[in-house]
Amino acid sequence: MIALLLAQTIAITGGTVYPVAGPKVANATVLIRDGKIVAVGAGVPVPPDATRIDAQGKWVTPGLIDGAGQVGLVEIGAVAGTREGSVRDDTIAAAFNVAEGINPASVLIPVTRIEGITTVLATPTGNLVSGQAALIDLDGATIEQMLVKSPAGVVLNASETGKDYAGGSRAALADRVRRVFRDALEYERRRADFNRAQIRPLSASAADLEALLPVLHGQEPLIAYANRRSDIETALRLAREFKLKLVLAGAQEAWQIAGEIARAGVPALVEPLDNIPSYDALGVRYENAALLAKAGVKVALMETDTHNSRNLRQEAGNAVAYGMSWEQALRAVTLSPAEIFGVADRYGSLEPGKVANVVVWSGDPFEFTSGVEHVLIRGKEISLRSRQTELLERYRKLPAKY
Amino acid sequence: MRHAWFLLSTLTWGCASGAARPAAPAGPAPAPAQAQAPAKAASSETSSVDRPQYPSTYQRHPNPPVVIRNATIMTAAGQEIPGGSIVLKDGRIVAVGAKVEAPAGAVVVDGTGKYVTPGLVDEHSHLGVYAAPGTDAESDGNEATNPVTAEVWAEHSFWPQDPQIPLAIAGGITTIQALPGSANLIGGRSAILKLIPARTVQEMKLPGARYGLKMACGENPKRVYGQKGGPSTRMGNMAGYRGAFIQAEGYRRKWDKWNKDHQGDPPDRNLKLETLAEVLRGDIYVQNHCYRADEMTHMLDLGREFGFPIRSFHHAVEAYKVRDLLAAAGTGAAVWADWWGFKEEAMDGIKENAALLQEAGVRLNIHSDSPSGIQRLNQEAAKAMYAGSRAGIPVTRDQALRWITANPAWALGLDSLIGTLEPGKMADVVVWSGDPFSVYTKAVQVYNDGWLVYDRGDAARQPRTDFELGQVPPPGSDR
Repeated sequence: MIALLLAQTIAITGGTVYPVAGPKVANATVLIRDGKIVAVGAGVPVPPDATRIDAQGKWVTPGLIDGAGQVGLVEIGAVAGTREGSVRDDTIAAAFNVAEGINPASVLIPVTRIEGITTVLATPTGNLVSGQAALIDLDGATIEQMLVKSPAGVVLNASETGKDYAGGSRAALADRVRRVFRDALEYERRRADFNRAQIRPLSASAADLEALLPVLHGQEPLIAYANRRSDIETALRLAREFKLKLVLAGAQEAWQIAGEIARAGVPALVEPLDNIPSYDALGVRYENAALLAKAGVKVALMETDTHNSRNLRQEAGNAVAYGMSWEQALRAVTLSPAEIFGVADRYGSLEPGKVANVVVWSGDPFEFTSGVEHVLIRGKEISLRSRQTELLERYRKLPAKY
Repeated sequence: MRHAWFLLSTLTWGCASGAARPAAPAGPAPAPAQAQAPAKAASSETSSVDRPQYPSTYQRHPNPPVVIRNATIMTAAGQEIPGGSIVLKDGRIVAVGAKVEAPAGAVVVDGTGKYVTPGLVDEHSHLGVYAAPGTDAESDGNEATNPVTAEVWAEHSFWPQDPQIPLAIAGGITTIQALPGSANLIGGRSAILKLIPARTVQEMKLPGARYGLKMACGENPKRVYGQKGGPSTRMGNMAGYRGAFIQAEGYRRKWDKWNKDHQGDPPDRNLKLETLAEVLRGDIYVQNHCYRADEMTHMLDLGREFGFPIRSFHHAVEAYKVRDLLAAAGTGAAVWADWWGFKEEAMDGIKENAALLQEAGVRLNIHSDSPSGIQRLNQEAAKAMYAGSRAGIPVTRDQALRWITANPAWALGLDSLIGTLEPGKMADVVVWSGDPFSVYTKAVQVYNDGWLVYDRGDAARQPRTDFELGQVPPPGSDR
């Protein structure tokens, strides 16, 4: 049975295909076998045994990737018992990997994926070092089946809320992070002394220091949430000092130093519809994503409202309204996040060899007039049903049948 | 985008807070506190009840007549006129159609490729009462010291220098109801405001607009007061509303009698009961935060017990389940396009809520409850319209436009004044760069009562608050 499923061949035919890796192709075929894309283009022969999905007049794109939020980690925002995205009393929670908190049965998963979001970053929150994020596909009966990459990065909260975990000052936050990083490196050099307790007290637990080592060796990204320009500059400074692979997140005032960020080769996760000034970012503005992209920063867009991760496409459309090109915006919700999270060899574009996360849209994916016609995750067509579609069915005619 | 509730989480979890504000009733002369009679000179012969009660000082800003030509005019009154024109003069719409006569001296705006709609109306906003930058010092939306605070008025919290105001103006909003929060069973009076730059809230108060009374069902009052003497249950919530209105009935009787015969000393004034008595007299509308369908039906019963209608249920994520009952009661609904799940009573939100309400004949509107969402009510209406269409519940473009114009105007009792592009209506008009239901479209000009209050192409017509000076980079700045 499993072998049969894996052997399935699907051909999405006749649509306008936006591979992201290259220019759009009209009247093209996306051929999928065993969960992978095997061919993309006009004139791709369709094997006779293939299941056909007619996409004539439709738009075909990679599944969208939301590099933010807590899909799978929270069911009801206000109900603590359903939240798994943060740990209490652990300022440096580097060893906290959210993966085993993911609930594959969450009702948010179908709600999100039937609107074209196929992959999300399950992101830890809170504390100073929030923990390890996991990139997941929105399909799978088990956590293992959902995981794309775990950890996909360690999250640092270098915004206004982060300083509360470092004594209440931004300066203390930077100092605390530096001491933890140095201690992690010392711990690595002197594990034996540590185990014999022949070392001064270190500023985090062994497990947390251990978990920071891949970051300090540039093997995993440090995803630093920072909004104020000076906080972004602090993150850049730390990255230089410790040779980190830095990813900026939030980055609301990043447009003010877009050139510097571009020169540092640091990518940014931004939420285009952020524009309400706070003391964490008085300079927040709609044009942030466009100005960063224009300066050459690799930008991925995010929708941080977990329950409405599906509005990532509205974020992208608004990024276009405020200056991004349409092509940049599509890349910023597909290939760019895949690159940022280190999975671009498997995700983010429609190319042979890549995982078949594919969405067929009735039109421009960023427009409200368009809807999802088909979603494939790992080459499997997803039923377009969710708890919400069931509620609609129940109440479409009154009285409802219970 | 983040929800307001997230920012306000300590007290409001989700919209929670809305405040409503006062307005001078357009209807029958109200009783004690709202006398509309000319102010009498303060003297020992008069008392506070006889004097003006925080009147509007709104004045129309002068603007030359304007004719917008060759645009697609969406009237929200049944028509979409391609290549149409509209004339604004002295704060009124004077002509709309394929051919219009421009008054002498009119400024001509080339509307080629552009769309024109009525100014947008947000029935549920906390601008000014939960101002940016969002510090505790500016958290003025919930008087969370007692579950019944009918005595507070949102206008007395409203900060006209809230930097969120210009952002909402740039989104095409011309009128808002600024509401107290939803921590309380009865949160206080709303403010019906023209959304214009002003030094004082009095200059923004829409003359003649009725006040609303903010009431809240469900989780929020329970959560806030559960450990502070109650209510701690939904049945406690109901008992709280009933107790308050029973008191108000007695108060109203005393004042009505005294107003009629002027025998002896007037009764003592009680601000809380004065507002509730105005609700009983039908001069203040009840604006009711309520998520769950079953609770909405309790509130309709409450209205029947005390003889007032609920004007509209706000947030109303489950309104679709009882849409027939809302339609029969003549009660409106203010809903989001797609918010859900941030708390338990929001779990059953569906995107087709608005379309189902429309189909059932409920006068619904799309509200924001958010300083972010208020900047794109047009996009939220578009989402809800297309969600309906895709589910086989057709919604016309005119209906969807009414969700953010004529219908919220009705919910505020202002539909004869604002909300459509018809001759005689107040000249609240938005010029859009394209189809207002496209994600790529932006408001390019906003006229409020005929005044060009915002122009995307003219930095001098992009108002900035005091707060922003020296702090927030101006639009287009490279700072």
